[in-house]
Amino acid sequence: MNPLDTLKGTVIAGVVLAVVLAFVATKLAGG
Amino acid sequence: MEFAIFARWLHIVAGVMWIGLLYYFNFVQVPALAQATSEANSGGPGGAAITKYVAPRALFWFRYAALVTWLTGAYYLAVSPYTLHGAFTLGLGLAEPAASVTYIGFGAWLGTIMLLNVWGLIWPNQKKILGIVPATDEQKARARRVAFLASRTNTMLSIPMLMFMQAGAHGLPFFG
Repeated sequence: MNPLDTLKGTVIAGVVLAVVLAFVATKLAGG
Repeated sequence: MEFAIFARWLHIVAGVMWIGLLYYFNFVQVPALAQATSEANSGGPGGAAITKYVAPRALFWFRYAALVTWLTGAYYLAVSPYTLHGAFTLGLGLAEPAASVTYIGFGAWLGTIMLLNVWGLIWPNQKKILGIVPATDEQKARARRVAFLASRTNTMLSIPMLMFMQAGAHGLPFFG
C-alpha cells in the first residue's frame, strides 16, 4: 500500500523524511 | 531599504498562499469531493460546483503562487550571501562552508522539486480532469491518479522543506 494514499501516511512519511534529511544535512555541514 | 528584503517578504507571502492551497487540496477538497461523489446517488448535491467554480480558481492561485515563490526565492538566494550556486551545491563547493547554506540548499532543492511537480505533473493532469483539454475517461482516470500522487508527494515534501527554510536562521529541530 502506498503511504501517500492516506493523509496520516503522508504526514508520517514527511516527518520521517525530515528526520532523515536533517541527519544527512548535519553530516554534510560537518556536524 | 533593500529590494532583496522585499523579495524575501514576497517569497514568504506567496509561499504561504502556495502551501496553504496545497493543504486545502489535500486536507479539504480531495476528501470533500470523494464524499460528495459517493453521496451523489443518494440525494447529495455532488461535487460539480466544487469542480466548476472552486477548483479552477484554487488551481490558478496555487500554480502562480508556486511560480512567484520560486522566483522570489531564487532571486533572494542569488543576491544573498548564500548565493544560488552555494545553495544548490548544498554549500559543499564553498571555500568557507556554513551549515546555514547547506540547510537552505536542502530547502531550495525540495521547493524546486515541488515547483516542477506543480507545473509538470499536477497542472497538466488537472487540465484533463477539469475538461480544460480533451481526454477520454481512461486518460482522465490516469490523470486523476498522477495528479493525486504528485499533490500528495508535495504535501509530504513540504514538511522537510519548511523545516529547512527556517533552519538557516533558527536551527534544525533534530541533530542540531
